[in-house]
Amino acid sequence: MIESLDLSMVNWARAQFALTAMFHWIFVPLTLGLSFLLAFFETIYVRTGNEAWKRITKFWMSLFAVNFAIGVATGIILEFEFGTNWSNYSWMVGDIFGAPLAAEGIFAFFIEATFFAVMFFGWNRVSKGFHLFSTWMVAVGSNLSALWILVANGWMQYPVGMKFNPESARFEMENFFEVLLSPVAIGKFTHATSSSFQLACLFVVGVSSWFLLRRRHQEMAKRSIIVASIFGLFASGFVAFTGDESAHKVGQFQPMKLAAMEGLYDGEVGAPLLIFGVPNLEKRPGDDLPAFHEAVGIPYALSFLTNRSFNSFVPGINDLLYGNAEHGVMGVTEKMTLGKQAVEQLALYKGAKKVGNEAAAQQALVGFEQTSPYLGYGYLNSAEEAVPPIALNFFSFRVMVGLGMFFPLLFLAFLVATLYDKIAEQKWLLVTGVASLFLGYIASEAGWVVAEVGRQPWAIQGLLPVGVARSNLTAATVAGTFFMFLFLFTVLLVAEVRIMLKQIAIGPEEN
Amino acid sequence: MIGSLELTQLQQLWWIICSLVGALFIFMNFVQGGQTLMFTLAKSPEEKTLIINSLGRKWELTFTTLVLFGGALFAAFPLFYATSFGGAYWVWIAILFTFIIQAVSYEFRRKPNNLLGAGTYEVFLFINGSLGLLLIGTAVGTFFTGSNFLLNDYNFVKWQHPLRGLEAAFNLFNVSLGVFLIFNARTLGALYLANHLKHDELVGRCRRAAFVNLLCSLPFLLIVLGGLLTMDGYAVDTATGAVSLESGKYLANLLGMPIVLLLLLAGLLLVVAGVYLAHYRKSTQGIWFSGPGTVLVVLALLFIAGFNGTAFYPSKVDLQSSLTIYNASSSHYTLTAMSYIALAVPFVLAYIAYVWRSMDAGKLSLEDVAKDGENEAY
Ligand code: HDD
Ligand code: HEM
Ligand code: HEM
Repeated sequence: MIESLDLSMVNWARAQFALTAMFHWIFVPLTLGLSFLLAFFETIYVRTGNEAWKRITKFWMSLFAVNFAIGVATGIILEFEFGTNWSNYSWMVGDIFGAPLAAEGIFAFFIEATFFAVMFFGWNRVSKGFHLFSTWMVAVGSNLSALWILVANGWMQYPVGMKFNPESARFEMENFFEVLLSPVAIGKFTHATSSSFQLACLFVVGVSSWFLLRRRHQEMAKRSIIVASIFGLFASGFVAFTGDESAHKVGQFQPMKLAAMEGLYDGEVGAPLLIFGVPNLEKRPGDDLPAFHEAVGIPYALSFLTNRSFNSFVPGINDLLYGNAEHGVMGVTEKMTLGKQAVEQLALYKGAKKVGNEAAAQQALVGFEQTSPYLGYGYLNSAEEAVPPIALNFFSFRVMVGLGMFFPLLFLAFLVATLYDKIAEQKWLLVTGVASLFLGYIASEAGWVVAEVGRQPWAIQGLLPVGVARSNLTAATVAGTFFMFLFLFTVLLVAEVRIMLKQIAIGPEEN
Repeated sequence: MIGSLELTQLQQLWWIICSLVGALFIFMNFVQGGQTLMFTLAKSPEEKTLIINSLGRKWELTFTTLVLFGGALFAAFPLFYATSFGGAYWVWIAILFTFIIQAVSYEFRRKPNNLLGAGTYEVFLFINGSLGLLLIGTAVGTFFTGSNFLLNDYNFVKWQHPLRGLEAAFNLFNVSLGVFLIFNARTLGALYLANHLKHDELVGRCRRAAFVNLLCSLPFLLIVLGGLLTMDGYAVDTATGAVSLESGKYLANLLGMPIVLLLLLAGLLLVVAGVYLAHYRKSTQGIWFSGPGTVLVVLALLFIAGFNGTAFYPSKVDLQSSLTIYNASSSHYTLTAMSYIALAVPFVLAYIAYVWRSMDAGKLSLEDVAKDGENEAY
């Protein structure tokens, strides 16, 4: 199927996807959360008729608009990047993967684009009620776009509702609702949106803290903090709940990713969840070296997380690679043998069809169907390729979860201090608030690193390795565009941050 | 209801839907046209700002239509999406770049401390409106003139030209289509501004610009139409699926599908009528003739490319690799599911129309922009 595998091209393409997606994700979560905060602010304004809330709404809206523009600019690249850098992927799974992308355009982007113009320019042109409605629609539209794209991404993590068609040599959709309502898709949607609400609340709290430190716009800052910290507290509960669910689903559907997140080489009954550890970078699958230099864990917690039972077995990397008969784990080595047969039979089938030999084709087809679930494994060169980077996953996961435990405490502190009107004196808290603005982004990007790096080497988990998914391009071409994007996006980011800082320095218009 | 449609009917339906989205995008390119006009139409910075604010209320719709066009092609004709984007790499990357820089320019241009300065963002808008459309035109031109790719047994694409798509820009037909798109967008842009602005003098200049740009577009239109009617086309044998070069194929398509011929003629007439009304009758409604006219013309072109046994994305180097709406499409199941999703499109168009009308009930004036203030006006 693939004639020559240019590994460095694949790696550049991966790097490019990581770069562009991570840039996009700098702006998207703020859009997802701040749009709801704007809707809250404006609702309070419409309910109370208090002009101060209108000024608050308008101030945050001006920051929203700057962020939104660059979010859109970075998004269009992603939409087409599946085609440009992953064209084999686009062909092989386009029948399933294209649908949510098109749905996103129809159901989400137009809502955003249309009502954004009203929200931004409509203050004097439409009625108060319709303006408020538009602001809510921007929030709904943004979050709908998250739904569809995360359905697409959820399907890459856990492909369901489809079947390989040997005739066309591609995967074809069999059940749209299975794709839409897949537990992984729902888990991703709920976790990614709630964590984005959290990030936006941190943003509002952070900027407001800065105002309070500077003793400017103090009334506005306090009002903003109250709304944001209440919303942030709710979101935090949701983040922890859905995050736990996400990890549970990873354990169920992507055990190799979970093993990498935990640095777990040898599976255990009653496995502990590590709080902290120093992974041994020398350690390789199958050897006898210790996996960690130091490690502190909560006993049985990993087993509970994975299987919702304290005494269950959690497979480690070695079990998943080489098999573990006792616990019924099939190894990658065995899957590769079957996969290579599937690849062979598929080629025989295609060849026989081409020369019109029906009998041989039917025979090959039977052989293929027996082994087809392992087709993707047939393209691996060694079992060890199936292991994602361990240290990166391990640390990213801990950074995210650690911050996820910290943020609700922060929101609580802000809420209490503001309600008792003591917030302006709490210098340390305000400084922490400003710093947490950045921590939110770190947690969020770390989450994606876990999700996406942990999926390696699969573009579609278990079905399509990145080496097959790629386009036929040279490494130099992809490296070239990588640096073009890096340059352009960096310039735009710097411009955006400078504009934001200036807008913040100018502050809301005073009455 | 949709579930009982045959695969071929669905494939045709989806070619019509994709063509419609593409045609609406070309109509919405009045934004791009306006972006290239502002330097000459505006006689003062205030007027330029007025133009940008007028376009700025619509640019996202245009942009989103492009995104939807990509998404719809991905879902309905994944083999085209894979072949063209992964194959004609550089031309698409270049197009995307011109849209990235557009997306930030409206918002960033007048904001204090914006790093690059207002002038740079204006140049970005100009590049998007000129180079962007030129490249889109050359890419669409290859629907007729063909590209340089091979598909293997597994439908994986291999491009056979080192310029990866940019080579299309060395073909007179393709380039003429691109230049035509630019001038057409400028015509539409002038008509849109004439409709949307409250500024008599500027509107007068817009009227003239619509007329002048229509004249400029004509020679390129003639090259395109002349080429189309005389060139060899990529015909598909419906029984075997074999592709061959057939002389006068596109002319035959026009004659074989009288409705398409009608669309084309009606479209051209409407475009001219819109400009006539604006220039000679001092009407502000020209855009509502020329815009739909543009939609009809583009629809006709794409129907010629895809229907009547024609390969819509032909390969010059290996005819049998050419894509037709039948061999490039999604499965029956997916096309059906997508058709249900597409039932939402009329609702989308309805709320866009509603919002457009309520936002544009009053024309945009210099005072409006001043009132929107530093933070809100573009
Ligand atoms: C503010 C950001 C933030 C915070 C505080 C958390 N997360 Fe998270 N997490 C994300 C932001 C995020 C994310 C960026 O939204 C991800 C990336 C992919 C996804 O769907 O959501 C994600 C993914 C993600 C994954 C990977 C899912 C996959 O691979 O498919 C797991 C297992 C968790 N999270 C678990 C948690 C837990 C147990 C948390 C503890 C409270 C937590 N997250 C807090
Ligand atoms: C916006 C948030 C996202 C971030 C920050 C992100 C991050 C990343 C990273 C770090 C990689 C590289 C992994 C590696 O090669 O080691 C990657 C690859 C990739 N991601 Fe994402 N991702 C995001 C969302 C998505 C979504 C929503 C999809 C699909 C709908 C997606 C599809 C892909 C694909 C196709 C690749 C390349 C193939 C691969 O390396 O597996 N990503 N992403
Ligand atoms: C890797 C896959 C992704 C692709 C292909 C993609 C595509 C796009 C595109 C084309 C746009 C511009 C739309 C417009 O014209 O308005 C956009 C914007 C947006 N995307 Fe993504 N996106 C991806 C990842 C994500 C993720 C993971 C989320 C949310 C969880 C998301 C949420 C949004 C939102 C809210 C916007 C609105 C503009 C903004 O960012 O502020 N996207 N995206």
